[in-house]
Amino acid sequence: MAALESPASAREGLSGRLGGAGGRGGPASHPSLRQFEHDMLVFRRRWHSYLLSGFSQPFLYLLSMGVGLGYYVNKNGSLPGGVPYLDYIAPALLVTQAMMAASFESAWPILGKIMWEKTYQAALNTPVGTTNLLAGDLMWIAFRAILLSVLFFVVILLFGAVSSPLAVLAIPVAVLTAMAFAAPIVAFTATQKSDQPFNMLFRFGITPLFLFSGTFFPIQNLPLAIQPLAWVTPLYHGVALARSFSLGQIDPAADAVHLAVLCAFAVAGVIAARITFRRRLEV
Amino acid sequence: MPDALTPQTSAIHARGLTKRFGKFTAVDGVDFDVAPGEAFGFLGPNGAGKTSTMRMIGTVSPVTAGKLTVFGLDPAHDGPAIRSRVGVVPQADTLDNELSVLENLIIYGRYFGLSWSESRRRAVELLDFVQLTERSGDQVEPLSGGMKRRLVIARALINEPEMLLLDEPTTGLDPQARHLLWDRLYRLKQRGVTLCLTTHYMDEAEQLCDRLVVMDKAKIVAEGSPRQLIERYVTREVLELRFNREDDAEDGANARDGRSSAGDLAGDLADADAAAVAERAELERQLEGLAERIEHLPDRLLVYTADGDATAAAAFERGLHPASVLVRRASLEDVFLRLTGRSLVE
Repeated sequence: MAALESPASAREGLSGRLGGAGGRGGPASHPSLRQFEHDMLVFRRRWHSYLLSGFSQPFLYLLSMGVGLGYYVNKNGSLPGGVPYLDYIAPALLVTQAMMAASFESAWPILGKIMWEKTYQAALNTPVGTTNLLAGDLMWIAFRAILLSVLFFVVILLFGAVSSPLAVLAIPVAVLTAMAFAAPIVAFTATQKSDQPFNMLFRFGITPLFLFSGTFFPIQNLPLAIQPLAWVTPLYHGVALARSFSLGQIDPAADAVHLAVLCAFAVAGVIAARITFRRRLEV
Repeated sequence: MPDALTPQTSAIHARGLTKRFGKFTAVDGVDFDVAPGEAFGFLGPNGAGKTSTMRMIGTVSPVTAGKLTVFGLDPAHDGPAIRSRVGVVPQADTLDNELSVLENLIIYGRYFGLSWSESRRRAVELLDFVQLTERSGDQVEPLSGGMKRRLVIARALINEPEMLLLDEPTTGLDPQARHLLWDRLYRLKQRGVTLCLTTHYMDEAEQLCDRLVVMDKAKIVAEGSPRQLIERYVTREVLELRFNREDDAEDGANARDGRSSAGDLAGDLADADAAAVAERAELERQLEGLAERIEHLPDRLLVYTADGDATAAAAFERGLHPASVLVRRASLEDVFLRLTGRSLVE
């Protein structure tokens, strides 16, 4: 409190410690990292529950679908190249789990920070700006996607469901796919006045994608008219890319397209979110 | 003194400051200066433009038109630099329910770029200052309204600000909590912190503010110290007279008879209104020349006069027989009601 006794000394004390915002010199920490730190502080309080669900979910999915359902699929030997069903869906589930978690984090928690708890409002009274908040929270969503994907990959290894050392690249693919969903959804969230539309988004957007993006069966099995729909969704590309690494079936041209689509969604989402965050929070 | 302030020496300097949301004008060309170390208040009914003004000063809301400088800096370009020197107590608590009381403060210090150790040191000190030390490990959610407010004030002090912006700091608090907050704000003022607050509590404005402006419908309608405003807009004393209204008894009887259909009721109300108007005119005629100004409230009559006792005596001599008589000093509330009108603003 010493500096409170004299405004002048408060000023000097602060300017020395202030970060890059406002053009003053300061410590290494970038303003965007501070929102990420905040999220990590919250994470620190419940890392064990994240860890528990991060392990149990893939275990349950791989056991029931990969092993259980896979038994009947494999008997027919109908997958291209005779790939075991477990190996076929493992990378796809890895990607979809990261995508689902990131989508969720981009909806309710972000809207809460905007309009329920209004913690963004509190943060904006500090030198931090709206773009810093957006960047920090996207970092947190990416962190959570990384954590989930690594845990999922460990479980996949435990099931022995990889055919190539390249399989480890499914992790960055899953994170990129997660961000290809997170960024546009965050942009959408910043335009909403209630959480009602999220129910629609998940019921008619995220869940159908989870089911029909080549996750559980090749999209060639979809009616011809619907197939092009799958091509424009980022999940299809994420699943296809992760699978090509996991099975060691690289197709450079196709994989480059998959990567480009994922990057395009992520980048467009970030640009849109910057705009919608400003419109919502700088009024 | 405020007249001598320039944009460079003012803590806040506003000329023609305007905020529009689409076609709606929230703040309409206001002028004011706040001196460093001063306690300055924005008084006004809901929707008068107080919060919009505060948000522009806090550089979280862009200025639509006019001039605004804070510490001589331009909010449009120096927002982060200004915010680093200001503490904000927003109307809503905006605390993080996912974090503990202490963590709420520490992470807020981090937003200001403080090191973890420095932020923790200040957080512990500030919890002591607002008497929340024993709750430091608790979650925020179960705290009482007064405790949350104190925590928000502590949070606003983590960057050792030169100026505090407080938007209705004590709304919804019980009297004890309000007095504790006022005491803390007074101490900060003693330390040289500039206070800038909005309120619709007159006692709060009189307690805390050296100078204030009254805002109404997006404009500043008066400016001065609490005492100056009272001298300028109202008399020294107020005589409050209550009368027993005869028609009150009648209305009651009608209701009991159950004969008041909707149509009758509307008619009765119209009759009552007409009667009230006539009654008012009659009272004003009887008090003619005794008062500077008369205000009719639903339940009583306010007679503005320099000497309440003398006016009361004169009124009795003229044959007025109020049910109760109260003489009091004029307050900021009288100024407020005079300037912003008696109709309820929602």
